[in-house]
Amino acid sequence: MTRPSALKKLTRSLWELPATYKPGMLVPARIYGTEKLIGEMDDGVFDQVSNVACLPGIVEHALCMPDGHWGYGFPIGGVAAMDPEHGVISPGGIGFDINCGMRLVRTNLTYDEVRPKIKELVDAMFFRIPSGVGSTGLLRLSHNEFRDMTEEGSKWCLKKGYAWKEDIELTEEHGCFKGAKASKVSTRAIERGFDQIGSLGSGNHYCEIQVARPENVFDAQKAAAFGFTLPNQVAIMFHCGSRGFGHQIATDYLQLFLKVMEKKYGLKVLDRELACAPFNSTEGQDYFSAMKCAANMAFVNRQMILHMLRDVFSKVFGRSAEDLGMSMVYDVTHNTAKLERHLIKGKTRELLVHRKGATRAFGPGMEGLPERYKETGQPVIIGGSMETGSYLLAGLSTGADAFYTTAHGSGRTMSRHQAKKMYRGSKLLHDMEERGIYVRTVTCGGLAEEAGAAYKEIDEVVEATELAGLSSRVLKLTPVGNIKG
Amino acid sequence: MSYRYIGEIATADIAFEATGESLEEVFIAAAEALTNVMIDEPDKIERKEKVEVRLENADAEMLLFDFLGELVYYKDARRLFLRVDEIRITKEDSGYGLSAVLSGEAPDPEKHQLGADVKAVTLHMFALEQTDNGWKATVVLDI
Repeated sequence: MTRPSALKKLTRSLWELPATYKPGMLVPARIYGTEKLIGEMDDGVFDQVSNVACLPGIVEHALCMPDGHWGYGFPIGGVAAMDPEHGVISPGGIGFDINCGMRLVRTNLTYDEVRPKIKELVDAMFFRIPSGVGSTGLLRLSHNEFRDMTEEGSKWCLKKGYAWKEDIELTEEHGCFKGAKASKVSTRAIERGFDQIGSLGSGNHYCEIQVARPENVFDAQKAAAFGFTLPNQVAIMFHCGSRGFGHQIATDYLQLFLKVMEKKYGLKVLDRELACAPFNSTEGQDYFSAMKCAANMAFVNRQMILHMLRDVFSKVFGRSAEDLGMSMVYDVTHNTAKLERHLIKGKTRELLVHRKGATRAFGPGMEGLPERYKETGQPVIIGGSMETGSYLLAGLSTGADAFYTTAHGSGRTMSRHQAKKMYRGSKLLHDMEERGIYVRTVTCGGLAEEAGAAYKEIDEVVEATELAGLSSRVLKLTPVGNIKG
Repeated sequence: MSYRYIGEIATADIAFEATGESLEEVFIAAAEALTNVMIDEPDKIERKEKVEVRLENADAEMLLFDFLGELVYYKDARRLFLRVDEIRITKEDSGYGLSAVLSGEAPDPEKHQLGADVKAVTLHMFALEQTDNGWKATVVLDI
């Protein structure tokens, strides 16, 4: 991995490729990361983030978060804010798995109470939550009911009795991207996703039981505000998105944009995966409305999984989910584009912020945060590998330069192909159990692909975000049980 | 007709290279490579259900993209892992036409060693090229 000679170190955790780095760049490209992370970053990141800097209407700079790696069009970890009047919207800046995201749920149980039941719990979760390729959820909706759900988001779950009232407030955008229009979604997309609500999927999607050990609490005050008050308190974290529904919407519009981009709008891009349309065009607005449907489906997907988790814990412990204190900490989205207001050169402007494999991280007092988190800043959930642990962070008021965005995970360093060659799933399963992490999976090969060593060091990624003033550590969560699709 | 997975070009996902002496052969090899990501031994897929696919595209490369997209679509919409029974690709003035018969069955964890779900076929480095020995396709799948 060779870092470009033009890469300039601005601070201990921020680097810049100037706009002169590549013909066509409209703004500089900035990459967050420590010296170590930048040294390990694959070449694709520098190439892709500088391609993003060429997109029409981009404001300030193209960004890549410290967990960044090679993606399609945008790198994973890529962020770009566009002027909605003159800029473009690109599915490549959002990703195929629209609103792939993380949800963190706490309990009032301690690890001592959970440990004797860990196998029973994980087995019950594995039995209850559909996972793996081709898995379908338990809900059987008609196509029309499904369409309604994609416009309503999490509120649909509240209406049907699958959510607590507080869940809505504790979900980014209150669980609904407003302005979703199911009429802009193809029948193929609905056919791919209508029976997948409440299923985990596969790849890096998982549901994990975790422990907040006292030595891993870095900010006790914020931890308490996020509901972590007990030593060795147990939480559940899960990661999944909009399943086949979102994947098809992204594919449909990628193909449409390729057809109209140059012919109709005279737009040229450096990579077909950066296919785009003016945000203020029919095609751009249609995609924005369809993308919101996928985002809402993903919220509902995670809400249904939470509903099943509450049921599983309740049955195993013989107590109600309310009694077990199974409240959400928060739900964050990774792959989206949203209209947000940001201060640019002293002026507040509305911008279309693309985040692909990156988390919004609003600082204290910002509009859009639940009342209870106004003082702490937004909870940020960073999913690590299944072996090394995850983090709960808080957004900071110093994140303005990154449009209040931070990392989303640890980020891969090793390809799936290579990981599968190096690790055997069955051995990994055994070794992890010896280390106190009980895992159930539908695919041993898939498990090997997710080995901890295939990922960047999460501690380093989190430190980089802290050094850059994007988010601060609240606590680290250690895995003790995991189901993987 | 063969395929191999390549590790260097897709950190988080899966890339493969498929080859064939004819367009039909490279399409079959690419379809097998895609299915093999989702299931370890494609030979264990029983040909229980049949699907007919007809596609047209001005461009052979994008015809392959559409064809692989069909396999991803049927995996979710009909819960079918599919293999190619028959395939015919014709070149006309307006472009390329494809007609194929595919068959397969639903994923069954009792019988199939499942792999990773393919979310989408990407256009990242996507290529179909004519070589001295026929055709070569390069495909990156989103996992």
